[in-house]
Amino acid sequence: VTRRTIQTWFLVHKWTSIVCTAFLLMLCVTGLPLIFHDEIDALTATGALDPALRPAAIGSSQEAPHFRSLDAMLATALTTRPPGEVPLFMAFDNDRTAMTITTGPTPDAPGSEMTLQSLDRASGRVIGSEDESGVMHVLLQLHTDMFLGLPGMLFLGAMGLLFIAAIVSGVVLYLPFMRKLPFGIVRASRSRRVRWLDYHNMLGAVTLAWAAVVGLTGVINTLATPINRMWQANELAEMTRAYAGRGALPPERYGSIDKAMTAARRAMPGFNPQFIAFPGGSFSSKHHYAVFFQGSTPLTERLLTAALIDAEHGTVTAIGRMPWYGQALALSRPLHFGDYGGLPLKILWALLTTMTIVVLGSGLYLWLGRRSPSTAGHVREIETGATMEPAE
Amino acid sequence: MSAVRRRRQSSWTVFAPLVWTALATSFGLFIALTGDGARDLLAWPAVGVPVGVAVWALHRRRC
Repeated sequence: VTRRTIQTWFLVHKWTSIVCTAFLLMLCVTGLPLIFHDEIDALTATGALDPALRPAAIGSSQEAPHFRSLDAMLATALTTRPPGEVPLFMAFDNDRTAMTITTGPTPDAPGSEMTLQSLDRASGRVIGSEDESGVMHVLLQLHTDMFLGLPGMLFLGAMGLLFIAAIVSGVVLYLPFMRKLPFGIVRASRSRRVRWLDYHNMLGAVTLAWAAVVGLTGVINTLATPINRMWQANELAEMTRAYAGRGALPPERYGSIDKAMTAARRAMPGFNPQFIAFPGGSFSSKHHYAVFFQGSTPLTERLLTAALIDAEHGTVTAIGRMPWYGQALALSRPLHFGDYGGLPLKILWALLTTMTIVVLGSGLYLWLGRRSPSTAGHVREIETGATMEPAE
Repeated sequence: MSAVRRRRQSSWTVFAPLVWTALATSFGLFIALTGDGARDLLAWPAVGVPVGVAVWALHRRRC
């Protein structure tokens, strides 16, 4: 590796890191409690599932004898909301009897105006609702878009790309720096700067793959809105071509959800629905209930297939798998959230996040507390593995 | 702490620990996606490799 190459990669590492570090620190700090959102939500839930019926069936079941109908569940959810509010989503917990219903003032209401309620299909009761003023909601909004909507999401996506560039350039610089040093070295007897340089390199090296996967999947997640719009403009438009030019179906003409679900299940035997998107939202057309079915294996259960049901008449009009970019988004979610391998994986996720915070913090310290401000000085430090620094 | 090596190491020697750690982590991340139970049991130690290596390095620092 030539001196010029080191200098180029050093400048890439320096500037990509400087620009993204503050935002990455915010994302790590807000992401830490979000890893355990299920556990925290369970602790703060106001209601409870009916224990007698809990193991009997799952939230989307059509056959469980004691379950309330989907139409009845929707009516229950709407009674708690102001008059005129409309349903947007109905989602099912396919491990328990729980389900959620999201409502809003209009069919195309933005996320900030939506209300999400959890209900138990066994008892028919509301067992909780999302509190938009709660700490977890504030953390989620900060982590997702910094309360700036789509521009905020795309900005954080750009920070994620800079983070990936910082990782790549860091790996390139690792080679000349470690040429004469053993792996994992932390020179505790040297100056504080060298010690933190070693912490930065060691922790950055071991968290490399995890940070790259979480960073890259985070970038894909920030593209959720453009991806949904692209799906709507292409595949969904093709599936609903026969409805083109018609006005939006008013909510008072929405037909039975149970009838629509029965038709969808008949068209997709053996699959469990994950959620229903109501007409007019970002996941459906203006005339359809879109029932999204999970695949039947652990891997494919994250890859969704949409069945479009005419919302007025309850008939299946089209079935189509999500396109590759939709599937990429679906697979990127668990890989970013770390919520797919039980509590031990979540604990490891939290430890790796903490290690990443140390890498980011030590990088900031090394930049702010630099002794030699010149690029040539940093290049010499990298070439020698900081072995020329005086002992403390 | 072992003495600092003065001899230049090959690129593979420098990168091998990173490659093995990254492969273990990636294996763990993706095997957990494909199922529960035994696959989770494989995933936890694999994703735990970077944490284990960091603990080893920090412990060695004090020796």
